[in-house]
Amino acid sequence: MTKAEFPPSIKSRPVYGQLEPRPGALHLLIADGEGAEALADLVAKDPGLLPKAHVLYTAGPKGADLWHKIEAMGAKQAQKAASIPTLLFRLARVLQDAPMGTQVYLTGSEGLMGQAERDIMALGFPHADIQKEHRGSTVRRVQCVHCKGITENVETDPFQCSHCRLHLFVRDHYSRRLAAFQGVNIDAEDKGQIPPAVERFK
Amino acid sequence: MSLDFKYGFDDFFRDETYCDDFTYRNSPAAIRRFPFPFDRDDYMYSVNMEPHVPGRKGSVFEKTFDVDEHYLSEMRDRARVLAKDPLRCQSLPHMTLAGWDLLELIMETKAREYPQWFSLTKDGNRWHWINRPLGIDQKFTFLDETTLPYGPLEYITRQTQGDFTLQDEREGTLWVDAGMVTTQADWSLDFDIGMNFHEWHAPVPLAHENGIFDRALKFLLKLQHGAPVRRFNWTMTVNPLLDTAPETYPEWGHMRTLLTQENMGHMMHLRVELQTLYRLPRSNAIAFDIRAYLAKFEELVTVPKWGRRLHRVVRDIHPDLATYKGFIRNRDAMAQWLSTYDDGAPTSPGWWPED
Repeated sequence: MTKAEFPPSIKSRPVYGQLEPRPGALHLLIADGEGAEALADLVAKDPGLLPKAHVLYTAGPKGADLWHKIEAMGAKQAQKAASIPTLLFRLARVLQDAPMGTQVYLTGSEGLMGQAERDIMALGFPHADIQKEHRGSTVRRVQCVHCKGITENVETDPFQCSHCRLHLFVRDHYSRRLAAFQGVNIDAEDKGQIPPAVERFK
Repeated sequence: MSLDFKYGFDDFFRDETYCDDFTYRNSPAAIRRFPFPFDRDDYMYSVNMEPHVPGRKGSVFEKTFDVDEHYLSEMRDRARVLAKDPLRCQSLPHMTLAGWDLLELIMETKAREYPQWFSLTKDGNRWHWINRPLGIDQKFTFLDETTLPYGPLEYITRQTQGDFTLQDEREGTLWVDAGMVTTQADWSLDFDIGMNFHEWHAPVPLAHENGIFDRALKFLLKLQHGAPVRRFNWTMTVNPLLDTAPETYPEWGHMRTLLTQENMGHMMHLRVELQTLYRLPRSNAIAFDIRAYLAKFEELVTVPKWGRRLHRVVRDIHPDLATYKGFIRNRDAMAQWLSTYDDGAPTSPGWWPED
């Protein structure tokens, strides 16, 4: 099973459900990595989605590539992107033509879901209307609160900011606007006292 | 167009710093009017809201927006912080009207309550604002952003003590969609902007479980125009730093390791936030004013009641709260220093120094 159990956390930390088919004029299915399995489960519940479905897919942060499952699904349109940023460019174009009544389904890593959600919300789509189901990797996208740089695919806590090189601990505090968790300098008070990095996000 | 201050330091407005050499201090009169936040000898969270109505003469509640001896130095410190980090002031595109609402509220109120320092005259939408302590004489058109050197929120809050956030109301909650935040107790506007009420309070321990935020939100959604409310919050700050932002934590965090029994009295500060909330008339947004007052431990213990009480609060506070407020590592040392000023005598209820 590719679903992760997230421990109870603070109220800004996103929670994820299970994708459910809803009536819609267009079904926008966006996934990375193991999210392909959640999409397969979704269309198995209602194959009627497929003639109105547009799938955007990219490999997961740890390399999981289940594109063959997407291809086998038989959606009206399906595209494989080289990376999340590439996928987001394509998403922006697809959203230009999205009709009223578009249903959005996001699945896969938190980084992919968060960034797609951010871009869709920017068009006035309420975040609560965007379905999300986590699958696969739990690596995090983290903003350094000091230099504001984003480090993708963070696996350990603490970790070193890829921009300013400060050692940061990873909070559960999450910004939908930035699609990122918050990283805060761990040795600001006791300089140089950096606990060993623990692999918290796999 | 720019906003150039001509600081009118004088016998009242102190010329002092909140960084580097830290020359900030309170006059004896400012100590007596300090908003000591503890009305009893122990502390736990509560919603503790009351109407923001004029209070005792000379107190920080006498006026709607208290202007005190630190005004000019505080505005100079805000300008310093903004020059280094413009992200401390942000407003999402739909919040401009709320910014005008706030500008109107502050200008009208200050001109009425402090006519010796501020003046506002209107000819329709053509307004004329004078801020004498900061040397500003500005003619502009109300609701026309092109006639001010900054957006309305930034323009007026560069001239007003206290952090401000503007909350939009929709979907049955409040969204922090704009703010001027340079005197904060360790939270980031840049990170939190766009969050709803429960999300931006998410890191606060204990209070969610107690239903504090559910009750506070319910209360705030009923807030009416013309009936502002207020509450206190507090924390501890080493050195008189107005700007204890997460952004600059690597610059100030280590100061917490420098405390000794010898320097405790002048380095450790009780930081009190007088928080006031106003419903705004056009935008229906809520303005949240978080005004920080700093007092050195050695200043506070000149009031015997406060010395006794502060010792008991610090000694007995829940460790989770001391951790969240950032003083757990120094809590015992603080209690030790304060114990000298606690003879065990009973204290009178309420926070006023003389009662």
